[in-house]
Amino acid sequence: MNAALVISERDNVATALEPLDKGRTITVRDQTVLVAEPIARGHKVALQTIRAGDAVIKYGSPIGTASCDIAPGTHVHTHNVASARGRGDLAASAAASDVARPAGGPRPTAEPAE
Amino acid sequence: MTSPSAFLGYARPDGRVGVRNHVLVVPTVICSAVVADRIAASIAPIGASLPHLAGCGQLGPDLTVTHETLAAYCQHPNVGAVIVVALGCEQVVAQQLSDAARRAGKPAAIIAIQSEGGTLRATARGIEIARQMAETLSSVERVWCRASSLILSVKCGGSDYTSGLASNPVVGRVADRLVDMGGAVVLGEIAEIMGAEHLLADRAASHEAATRLLRVVNRVEAEAIALGLDIRGTQPSPGNMRGGLTTIEEKSLGATHKAGERTRLEDVVAYSAPITSKGLTVMDTPGLDVESVTGMVGGGAQICVFTTGLGTPTGNPIAPVVKVTGNTRTAQGMADNIDVDVSGVMSETESLGAAADRLLTEVLAVCSGRPTAAERLGHREFAIHRRNPTI
Repeated sequence: MNAALVISERDNVATALEPLDKGRTITVRDQTVLVAEPIARGHKVALQTIRAGDAVIKYGSPIGTASCDIAPGTHVHTHNVASARGRGDLAASAAASDVARPAGGPRPTAEPAE
Repeated sequence: MTSPSAFLGYARPDGRVGVRNHVLVVPTVICSAVVADRIAASIAPIGASLPHLAGCGQLGPDLTVTHETLAAYCQHPNVGAVIVVALGCEQVVAQQLSDAARRAGKPAAIIAIQSEGGTLRATARGIEIARQMAETLSSVERVWCRASSLILSVKCGGSDYTSGLASNPVVGRVADRLVDMGGAVVLGEIAEIMGAEHLLADRAASHEAATRLLRVVNRVEAEAIALGLDIRGTQPSPGNMRGGLTTIEEKSLGATHKAGERTRLEDVVAYSAPITSKGLTVMDTPGLDVESVTGMVGGGAQICVFTTGLGTPTGNPIAPVVKVTGNTRTAQGMADNIDVDVSGVMSETESLGAAADRLLTEVLAVCSGRPTAAERLGHREFAIHRRNPTI
């Protein structure tokens, strides 16, 4: 059994199938990644540098946007990934401060005009 | 006909096929729920009541949904006979519910607590009728039925990282096979399609179905945004996040696997509305497990396959709910709640296809009468979705 799983070729994160200790190397998709901090089972580890504002990709689709630069081998979770969906908090703060809502990840296709 | 594409079910007068044969005891209103529960308990396990919090103090759409959901259960193919327990002064009309049952060819009776003369007399009268109905139903035999007569509800709850990687893909392959055999699959929980709607829309059988899906997902997202809060407080849930799920998009992408890999989206229907298409239907239900399963069974699903990474006991009063987990610790730690353990997919000791074969066999066995863990434990959760305040 692999220590971590990548689902799609396009993914920039892997899912830990067992707890990963700092300093361990994992090999996924013929690529070796040095684990930079402990990753709990079921949590995600970055396979490459993901820049702030870039999409975090799992299952071949965006699961959110990096809220800061994410280094390879580090933990990818709520502390460094922002959801682009259902963000009433952003809408409320944008309305309060009258600033534009920050750009999120890809949006669903607008529904066709009827 | 004993191939794995068939099961032993109940052929109903309206042409539908049931997998259970319950005497359904329906309170029209919360005020008659205790009497209904006692009547149903007198003929357990064939008796099933639908305790709910509604039936009065509701206006407009909520009253309509309550009425339509209760009527849908009265007509449901898993029900052989119906007793409606009214109080006497409520909004939900007992006669309309018993008429719905009779239109589906089921015997139906009404008991009203006020006109019977109180709790004791109404309960005693109800038990007498219930025993007669149960005796009549006990002589009805199961017959071989085709899997194409099934509407399979797919659901996930208490999700963790194994849900998207193992249990949901296994259920998806069962959904694909059932649709190949001519059956139907229903997926609810619109909030858990958010972030994966493009995948379902790409598989839509018609432009109209794709448009309706995107419209309903956009509406749910707009409702969440209108609250001025981050949906992450509830989607993903705190437990989901501890399990490694970061965003609703990630949860949705894993969750929609259970609707199949190649099923085509045929229709999008309202809460508890009849599911009339073969192939995949999306129902407009909330993400709350019990409200979601209640609606999909109301739409006509005879059985639910429910994946859970963290473990959850949810059942339904009239439809068997089959629990599937890909988490080996949950399979062992909550063994009494789990029907099918597919954790071998995570450890690569079982292929997705082999696990799907095993699950499909179990689904058909449950349709033929094998009790699920939720049925054995008496889990019969029921909750009608409501949108507006009680007046």
